Amino acid sequence: MNFAVLQFPASNCDQDAVHAMRVLGHSARLVWHKDSSLGDADAVIVPGGFSYGDYLRCGAIARFSPVMQAVKQFADNGGLVIGICNGFQVLCEAHLLPGALIRNRSLQFRCEHVFLKTVAHDSPFTSQIPAGKLLRVPIAHGEGCYFADADTLAQMKANRQILWQYCNAQGDVTDDANPNGALEGIAGVCNERRNVAGLMPHPERACEPLLGSTDGRLIFESMIHALGQKPAALAA
Amino acid sequence: MKAKIIITPKKAVLDPQGKTVQSALEHMGYAGVAGVHVGKYVEIDLAPGTDRAAAQQAINEACHRFLSNPVIEDYKLEIE
Repeated sequence: MNFAVLQFPASNCDQDAVHAMRVLGHSARLVWHKDSSLGDADAVIVPGGFSYGDYLRCGAIARFSPVMQAVKQFADNGGLVIGICNGFQVLCEAHLLPGALIRNRSLQFRCEHVFLKTVAHDSPFTSQIPAGKLLRVPIAHGEGCYFADADTLAQMKANRQILWQYCNAQGDVTDDANPNGALEGIAGVCNERRNVAGLMPHPERACEPLLGSTDGRLIFESMIHALGQKPAALAA
Repeated sequence: MKAKIIITPKKAVLDPQGKTVQSALEHMGYAGVAGVHVGKYVEIDLAPGTDRAAAQQAINEACHRFLSNPVIEDYKLEIE
């Protein structure tokens, strides 16, 4: 599979995402924000970072980049797009995902490992996550508090668009396990069509035993499975 | 001519900055503070000879599309 990893000024998880895809045995290449084509990409990763310095609002400026027109077209055609951290913020600003991400409740930048409970397994981003399996993945963000208005949230629930919630080690979604004040502990969501997803945690930083967790692989392996190919064995 | 835009968080949205500032004001002894909301102020200098009505319309659109996020923010636009 070919993954296109977008690169905005001040993206800083772009290389990590490329590396993780290669570790998974697939190819990935960077696509500069001024490019208006994604080439022959099978899937798109909008990586983490601080695109355009997070000026105005996180993701607000990146959203108008030429490459985002191509991403919108790609998503409209049913292509798989995943936004991680700042990428999630960009996809929300671009209206490819519902809701918005605001300042953490604590006003602190939170950088730690969290547990995620998968709420909906019927998506191209979660299908390979075993039932009951908690994902241990890192977060690193200051503005990851998910918000959507009551009507949007109700609609998202009806469509099973909430993919992941923060939980404790026992799998309980509690206020203590919520690192940023996100509404109902929401860590990641998808669109109604289920081909665009975003999450604040960093699965690309949890793909190798050296990094303390390989749980992030399950998310990419789900995408790869959906794209019709089994993931290759872990390199080295 | 200038466009002055005040962007504030919507009432339903968590505003931890507002809450923290409110608590600081209370600690400093300022009584009667019922609520604080921290937002943004954007000032746009308009070129001489700009048509006021056209500017109002264009900047209003920009506020909705770009300068504010209607999911979480309200804005007030004034041209003077």
